[in-house]
Amino acid sequence: MSLDKDQVQHIAVLARLKLDDQEFDQAVQKLSSIVDFVDQLSQADTTGVVPMAHPLNESQRLREDRVTETDDRDRVQQNAAAVEDGLYLVPRVIE
Amino acid sequence: MSDLHLKTLTEIAAGLEAGEFTSLEVTESLLDRIDSSDDTLNAFITVTGEQARATAVAADAARAAGKAGPLNGLPLVHKDIFCTRDVLTTCGSRMLENFVSPYDATVVERLNAAGVVTLGKTNMDEFAMGSSNETSFFGNVRNPWDIERTPGGSSGGSAAAVAARLAPAATGTDTGGSIRQPAALTGTVGLKPTYGRVSRYGMIAFASSLDQAGVITRSAEDAALLLGTMAGFDERDSTCIDHPVPDYSAALQQSLDGLRVGIVRQHFDAGLDDQTGKAVREALAVLESQGAVLSEVDLPNIGLSVPTYYVVAPAECSSNLSRFDGVRFGHRANDASDLFDLYCRSRGEGFGDEVKRRIMTGTYVLSAGYYDAYYLKAQQVRQLIADDFRQAFADVDVIAGPTAPTPAFKLGDKTDDPITMYLNDIYTIGANLAGLPGISTPCGMVDGLPVGLHLVGPHWGEETLLRCAHQYQAATDWHTRCPEAFR
Amino acid sequence: MSAAWEVVIGLEIHTQLATRSKIFSGAATAYGAEPNTQACLVDLGYPGVLPVLNREVVRMACKFGLAVNAQIAERSVFARKNYFYPDLPKGYQISQYELPIVGAGELMIKDDNGNEKRIGITRAHLEEDAGKSIHEGFAASSGIDLNRAGTPLLEIVSEPDMRSAGEAVAYMRKIHSIVRYLGISDGNMQEGSFRCDANVSVRPRGQDELGTRTELKNLNSFRFVEKAINYEIERQIDLIEDGGEVVQETRLYDSDKDETRSMRSKEEANDYRYFPDPDLLPVVIEPAFIEQVRSELPELPAAKQQRFVDEYGIRNDDADILTVSRALADYYEAAVGAGKSGAQVVANWVIGDLSAALNRDGLEIDSSKVSAVHLAGLLDRISDNTISGKIAKEVFDAMWSGEGTADEVIAARGLKQITDTSAIEAIVDDVIAANPSQVAEYKAGKDKLIGYFVGQVMQKTGGKANPGQVNQVLKSKLGQ
Repeated sequence: MSLDKDQVQHIAVLARLKLDDQEFDQAVQKLSSIVDFVDQLSQADTTGVVPMAHPLNESQRLREDRVTETDDRDRVQQNAAAVEDGLYLVPRVIE
Repeated sequence: MSDLHLKTLTEIAAGLEAGEFTSLEVTESLLDRIDSSDDTLNAFITVTGEQARATAVAADAARAAGKAGPLNGLPLVHKDIFCTRDVLTTCGSRMLENFVSPYDATVVERLNAAGVVTLGKTNMDEFAMGSSNETSFFGNVRNPWDIERTPGGSSGGSAAAVAARLAPAATGTDTGGSIRQPAALTGTVGLKPTYGRVSRYGMIAFASSLDQAGVITRSAEDAALLLGTMAGFDERDSTCIDHPVPDYSAALQQSLDGLRVGIVRQHFDAGLDDQTGKAVREALAVLESQGAVLSEVDLPNIGLSVPTYYVVAPAECSSNLSRFDGVRFGHRANDASDLFDLYCRSRGEGFGDEVKRRIMTGTYVLSAGYYDAYYLKAQQVRQLIADDFRQAFADVDVIAGPTAPTPAFKLGDKTDDPITMYLNDIYTIGANLAGLPGISTPCGMVDGLPVGLHLVGPHWGEETLLRCAHQYQAATDWHTRCPEAFR
Repeated sequence: MSAAWEVVIGLEIHTQLATRSKIFSGAATAYGAEPNTQACLVDLGYPGVLPVLNREVVRMACKFGLAVNAQIAERSVFARKNYFYPDLPKGYQISQYELPIVGAGELMIKDDNGNEKRIGITRAHLEEDAGKSIHEGFAASSGIDLNRAGTPLLEIVSEPDMRSAGEAVAYMRKIHSIVRYLGISDGNMQEGSFRCDANVSVRPRGQDELGTRTELKNLNSFRFVEKAINYEIERQIDLIEDGGEVVQETRLYDSDKDETRSMRSKEEANDYRYFPDPDLLPVVIEPAFIEQVRSELPELPAAKQQRFVDEYGIRNDDADILTVSRALADYYEAAVGAGKSGAQVVANWVIGDLSAALNRDGLEIDSSKVSAVHLAGLLDRISDNTISGKIAKEVFDAMWSGEGTADEVIAARGLKQITDTSAIEAIVDDVIAANPSQVAEYKAGKDKLIGYFVGQVMQKTGGKANPGQVNQVLKSKLGQ
């Protein structure tokens, strides 16, 4: 196993995913096999190779500074599970 | 008319133009087909019958008023990854089981403006993560050629619907082969355009630097017809390029005389099913007989395309899917004890196994201490692979080979081992990594199952691909084969 | 603070850019709208939506870069900073990480002893602001308003070059002044348009190695920056002197209690997994664009200050004050140009009575109740001896209360100075006649009594007699 349980637990916390016990054991095993598989990348000689973030060699286009959006809150909030007075509700945030 | 469903898009367009039948008649005929066949196939998540009829009526009226464009009244279906205003848009996930999009994707908007009739939204692997359509929350899709087998994925519903003549055309998306592989496995034509050719706005993102929208049809001609409307600059997508859109249909007729076709030696190595390889070689011989000049090309790093993809795509997906947190839309867990619990349970319950696996893989390869070894390394190898293609296209116009290593496999065969599943896309992933256009066209049958010929072109090379596929289709009839049970 | 310790401070200033629309969407940025009415699908992180960069944001960042003498990156890249928080709809913030748009620059401030000091600017990068969590009015919940989500921010990161809270405030004021001069931010700290985090550490004087730093958050006024830093310096020194160790952490400044406290929630799993945002392409800035922006740059505070000293001959310190904001400097120049009074007199009034009135009423110079032209009119009445400087203060107050121009107030209230010598002589004669004993004392050598006689004359004239003239007449009549 290239990943241990603690690592997988840490990843699950970072990714905010709750896994039940069975899922968790499966995840340890399958993630390990995926990591082993992608480990073959280390064979490639990439000395001096510029990392490629985009398939096309283009630059960012800029938008004019214009207000183009109008308020559509009520319709958009129909998809939200908990809304009050136009605010999205979450369990209390403690700072 | 009882055979309306058998017509291709181009045939329907001609019939509508000639007044042989109306859009409403075609629409009704296909809705009947869907109604009677989809219990078996499970190709649809949502059927939009009422809207379809209303649109068809409007299209017929537009035609009567002399205001019909080339796509007016033509029926099609959308992969359920495209946002459709006021219609359920699930992305194959429990997370979006009840999500009604407040807006249309650019692709949808453009096709609507051209007068197409949308029959429904097709089933897919959850968030487009899968190669067999088995990760859908709404159940797997079945292959019309053998319902015990997969139609491929992730655009499996689109491919099955077109193969079974439930719709003449469908939209799809392709991140690592998700249009081309299901097209190959269902005997349909699947076109993935150049990255940046078609807007991604409103297409729910899986891996932003790889995703591209395209079509699944029954002929290259039909694909050309749709691409002309879907393609082109969109100010809402920064990665959509302002590059002129040619008349794709006009390009089809040119012969293949002198077309330089490259064959990648590595694509015929071990791993390729013998019979599939044979069918593809025969297809290459047909191209040669039509005037194409075959030569071998070398893509030295292509062997690393799958591992590269399985770092880059999960990395991007882990971030893209963070917005599904149960707050503004999507599944929300009940009675969360605190914020952390709300996030973890909403996402834990809302996402299926494969999606969670990819999110976790992506989280891992981006995390402190692993970024350089995995993510940065994969971006470098991606560059090497793209360079290989650049060099190859200095000598050839098209690269040809198999689309998938085997014909459709049995449902459940590869679900236990993610790596075997991932290797299904071994021939298609390179085009996504390099942003190149690719097309799969039917080129044979192995044990009653279709096989696809895969053509890849340089950036903006759609015209050549469509022309090559069209000329091949003019000389063969594999693309006209229809599964027995769905004639 | 012990002289044995050296304080090291670096600031991260977040300034909202004054665009009409958001950094990546066409939603409005106006402050104070109903919750979530200015949060469009892009700001909400809806499935399928994509960001497109606002041109004005790039222009504004370039302006800032040029103003602090920094390199503008030919190619900069947006990255995603991944973390979950309810005010962050996408689960990541689009920011810049490895390749920011503005590189290293610099700024001169005055240190605590009034000496010029250079503060290095490490970088400035563009990013999107988050929304707001609202806790009041809900029992077990927080409400999320995403109107602010996607508002453009320029994060200006300094080198750890400041050595006291005073220097930190001086630096922050300077940046505040520059962004407002450039017109790239309204700098409104109450509305959160200009915010600051401070990295603070202490080390034994003479030591090269930096001490462990803490990051102070939520510093939304100059006063709080000073208080929070001073509190934190003392806390760290006390901690170390008592044998403890400073922990690297984020601390929140509580202005009610005037203390900083640990924000453990922010500490947990602090792995942001930055990577280039695949939805945005590299931002490429052509030299021609930079030159265009350069040609549009206004005169900046330092240059203006120097010009005021050179051109108007006013005191250095006064020029400092007058050039803090472009609006104040503009007002001053307009007042100088509109009248015949000396530039220093105008400076005294602007810094003195005018600023006091503005402060009293809580007004900005833009909404001054006495315009620059009217102030010049008032000062002209002093220089042509229509009124005295003392009466002028009364006239100014009347003008402030809306009684009209200086001339209108002088006429309405009959404040015109008496300059007719014969009239003054008559009053002086009356005063001499009415105060025989004081006259005798004065003549016996008690010179100080001249003040008493002047006072008597001014009282009789309601302050309107020209004080110089009164003095002269008195001396000549009492002199023999």
